Amino acid sequence: MTEEKTHHPEPSYLVDTGKYKGLMAWLTSTDHKRIGMMYMYAMMVFFVVGVLLGELMRLELFRPGQQFYGPQTYNGLFTIHGIIMIFTVVIPGLAAVFGNFSMPIMIGAKDVAFPRLNLFSFYLYILGAAIALSSQFMGNGPPDTGWTFYAPYSIQTHTNVVAAVFGAFVLGFSSILTGLNFIVTMHRMRAPGMTFFKMPLFPWSLYATAWIQVLATPIVGITLLMIVAERWLRIGFFDPSLGGDPVLYQHLFWIYSHPAVYIMILPAMGVITEIIPTFAQRKVFGYKAIAISSLAIALVGYFVWAHHMYTSGMSPTARWIFSLLTFLVAVPSAIKVFNWVTTMYKGSIDVKPPFLFALGFIFLFMIGGMTGLSLGALATNIHVHDTAYVVAHFHYIVFGGVGFAFFAAIHYWYPKMYGRMYNFKRANWSFAFLFAGFNLLYFPQFIIGIMGMPRRYFDYLPQFTFGMQLSFFGGILLLIGIVLMLTNLFSKKGAKAPDNPWGGKTYEWTIPSPPPVENFEVMPEMGENEQPYDYK
Amino acid sequence: MEHRDDIGAKLGMWVFIFTEILLFGGLFLVYAVMRGNYSADFHQAAHHLNAFIGTINTLVLLISSATVAMSITAVQKGNNRLAVILLMITLICAAIFMINKYFEWGHKFQIGLYPGSDLMITLNHGQVMFFSLYFFMTGLHMFHLVVGGIILTIVMIKVQSGTINSTRYVLLENGGLYWHLVDLIWIFLFPLLYLVT
Repeated sequence: MTEEKTHHPEPSYLVDTGKYKGLMAWLTSTDHKRIGMMYMYAMMVFFVVGVLLGELMRLELFRPGQQFYGPQTYNGLFTIHGIIMIFTVVIPGLAAVFGNFSMPIMIGAKDVAFPRLNLFSFYLYILGAAIALSSQFMGNGPPDTGWTFYAPYSIQTHTNVVAAVFGAFVLGFSSILTGLNFIVTMHRMRAPGMTFFKMPLFPWSLYATAWIQVLATPIVGITLLMIVAERWLRIGFFDPSLGGDPVLYQHLFWIYSHPAVYIMILPAMGVITEIIPTFAQRKVFGYKAIAISSLAIALVGYFVWAHHMYTSGMSPTARWIFSLLTFLVAVPSAIKVFNWVTTMYKGSIDVKPPFLFALGFIFLFMIGGMTGLSLGALATNIHVHDTAYVVAHFHYIVFGGVGFAFFAAIHYWYPKMYGRMYNFKRANWSFAFLFAGFNLLYFPQFIIGIMGMPRRYFDYLPQFTFGMQLSFFGGILLLIGIVLMLTNLFSKKGAKAPDNPWGGKTYEWTIPSPPPVENFEVMPEMGENEQPYDYK
Repeated sequence: MEHRDDIGAKLGMWVFIFTEILLFGGLFLVYAVMRGNYSADFHQAAHHLNAFIGTINTLVLLISSATVAMSITAVQKGNNRLAVILLMITLICAAIFMINKYFEWGHKFQIGLYPGSDLMITLNHGQVMFFSLYFFMTGLHMFHLVVGGIILTIVMIKVQSGTINSTRYVLLENGGLYWHLVDLIWIFLFPLLYLVT
């Protein structure tokens, strides 16, 4: 299967063969590969906007006191930064882009189970994002509640909360339908002979993710609808002045929004699990442990939500149970890290850009994970709750983890997507800037957080100035890294890519780059003794 | 390329039904918490609901569910004409349900009992919460009923035209599943709102 083919009779998915040409051919395509690419382009736009909003906040925080704009603008900025980054970038994230592009090929299918539903999900995504963004330009100004929309403030504020909340609701719907589609795809469309425990591990992680999407998202959906009803009809579900319960809102919100963290990180872990065996040319260590730990994370992750609420008013019993469960969910995550590292042991490691980004992921994810444990502990949490420490922790997970895994995934599957290579040297440089910039940006936030700097504050005491300025310069380095990476990937055409540039063993490397519309000329079958990672 | 997978389609519908149940699950959770907080107020407010109309509507929905199930068997046996009649009965039941609800809601609005009204503000917090939940939950349920009705109408037209037949009826099955969901949610709403006082 590995020999080079000299000509490809089937046209690639990048060539328009349907009744439309150009942009319309993309917008009406139900091809999973094109839909994945459309998600990617949309997400990159949102990501760059979100990054720039973040940099604007850093600029304001360069010195204590007001520099460029006032506190209300600052509140609006961190709210829309959060909404964009969480709901339109990292939650759909890797699943929508690479799940769509690679997963059907990796399990030996021609497409997902419901291709038209898949396109519908994409349009819901665009619609939801548009509604959420419209909150900035209509009504009484940008929402200032933070992306969490905590009641009762989200009920009382005069800003345009309803649009943002409704946008998030529509985005949730898109996420549910993608999850549903993936579950059915993986149940029904695996290649003959590919049992569940012979499925590659990126699809496995998507399978666990899809169940969280399906089972957790409706809760936030109904909660957001209740917020809308409360604002329009003066129903007091959450507003204590009308007899409601604001802590109930927090419960309902985090019942979804904590599992949402696993919606973000599980596919990221899946990508890393693909990259490491490929570049170490080693059979993945502990295949079953990795597969089952994905399910374990999904399951336990469903029951840890209240660790966001230790200071909100809960019984001590509830608090220690949630703390215990939080520590428990670290176990399957650690299993994965051990398995990645052990896979590399005695491998013939080839440090190409995707592998570098994967290493960056492991390093940053470990810092994010460990600090997460210190936040999950009841006593330390009281001290650092709602400080910059929390900001640093979740950026290490969401950006250092999911973001770097996203970059790793782009560098890994880029040759397959475009049939072109990129410049390795420039990719390595962009990694250096991103990695250095990221740590310089967020690590100081741990320290000033422990010193007592609250999160979401427009102003600060002079002792935090040095840390804030380090973060600012880190932000600049990070921005340079992003520009370097994007220009390297998208500014000019590289050399033609071979079908299997990395020596990978999963199905996507057995077909031409870029893949033909129907993916496979001959549908693959998995033999009795075949395994998904048949390296040495 | 013809790709047909009836089991896959049904699996997709089941997964979707899970999400719908969890959507209402959030509301049931709120109901449970509020009932715990304001049990006396809930007790009083529940007396204002008309258990008689509620019971009629429950029966109507149960009948409609039965006729959907029967229509599937009819199509399987190749009797599309009977299936259309049974689906028609289902839709008539849905209409009866809506008409009953119209009078129920209309009466509440007439005496000024609706979210945001002047009368509501004068009531106890717990009573307001009960009526708010009542309108929110039955409202969301009615929305699902309308969606289900539209789905079944489309299905009925396809049964009529023969697109759905004894060899190909997964669309009818999925429509039926959705209709049972609508029924099931009402089966929970009815005791929680009308009977438990």
